[in-house]
Amino acid sequence: MASLDDLKKRIASVKSTQKITKAMKMVAAAKLRKAQESAEKGRPYSEKMNNVILNLSSGISDKENAPKLLAGTRQDKVHLCVVMTSDRGLCGGFNSNIIKKAKSYFSKILDENKELKIITVGSKGNDQLKRTYGDKIIENISFKESKNANYFDADKVGKIIIEKFEAGEFDVCTIFYNKFKNVITQIPQAQQIIPLNDEGNENSSDESYEFEPDEDEILSNLLPKNISTQIFKAMLENSASEQGSRMSAMDNATRNAGEMVDKLTIEYNRSRQAAITKELIEIISGAESL
Amino acid sequence: MSEEFKIEIVNPEKSFLVKEDVSEVVVPAFEGEMGILKDHISIISFLKPGIIKVSSKSGDENYYVEDGIVEFKNNNLSILTSSIYNLSDMDKSVQQDLLKKAEEEAGKSDINDQAKYLVDQKIEVLKTLN
Repeated sequence: MASLDDLKKRIASVKSTQKITKAMKMVAAAKLRKAQESAEKGRPYSEKMNNVILNLSSGISDKENAPKLLAGTRQDKVHLCVVMTSDRGLCGGFNSNIIKKAKSYFSKILDENKELKIITVGSKGNDQLKRTYGDKIIENISFKESKNANYFDADKVGKIIIEKFEAGEFDVCTIFYNKFKNVITQIPQAQQIIPLNDEGNENSSDESYEFEPDEDEILSNLLPKNISTQIFKAMLENSASEQGSRMSAMDNATRNAGEMVDKLTIEYNRSRQAAITKELIEIISGAESL
Repeated sequence: MSEEFKIEIVNPEKSFLVKEDVSEVVVPAFEGEMGILKDHISIISFLKPGIIKVSSKSGDENYYVEDGIVEFKNNNLSILTSSIYNLSDMDKSVQQDLLKKAEEEAGKSDINDQAKYLVDQKIEVLKTLN
């Protein structure tokens, strides 16, 4: 059995761990509020952007010559997957959930004998993926130095993707991120951004627009921006999810540490009492033998 | 009858400006300045660097934009832009920075015609601000 001193030390160490997890939970809660706010504020932009593009693409007359970013390359050979994860750990299942989702998609693609290319955003995803898919990762982007998700970072990623698309390096691009539902629930998402999936087409009105300059030119100007916007949206959702996930993970950890302290304290008290009893017995039996 | 319509300017971070009572908006559309009044036909266009002028009862406001998309429909004007500055509280140093960046870009040798045109526009507008 562990000595009293050892138990005391363990209790102290669990208590200090609890303090850390508690502090991390508080920080995550504060950051979560901010991240959630900016995710909500960022929504109108991406929604409006989507609407405009839907209106535009329904207005386009010549589908054959539509810009490639919209229609795709008409091939399905090379898939590019952008896996967006966090740069920091200790956030529960946040990163693993994205990776799990991404991995199941990867194996599906490889089973179909298609080529796979991966871009990781955030260092945690890179760490987890490079073991199995190290040879497939073509780029690793990390924004450790920027505090909050910002549009410039998203734009950087978007430009890289477009550059690669124009160089003909892939046919289909999918991004993986966690959609923030609430603090306990984050849903890993796979969203195809090239070619554009026009799901939710129901609100594209058949109202006619005047275009200035013509549709094609607007579209070819707009689509690259849309890529960046979608990535920015994913980044915002991701950062809210990360904080939410960290908050609940740290809450659990704090509670577990509390339980552990209780258990250890009982054990400590028991063994202290046992020592006292033993000493008493020794004294009494010593006195009796006289 | 009122001659007012609604304007909404959004950038990726937030809703930048929402106003219900504007009477006229002048935007620097790609093919030239465009004034928008109530009951304008539905239109989609994109912006080049320039000044957006918003006129309403409470007075005129000017904004500097570098790019963006304009959509007008059912008397709702939406402007999507990733870089917008309110001229009344725009710092001289910010203007200088933007100008410097633009000039650097214009000096690059591998710039294509359209980008060059946009950068030149940017420089021109920024210079008139100073």
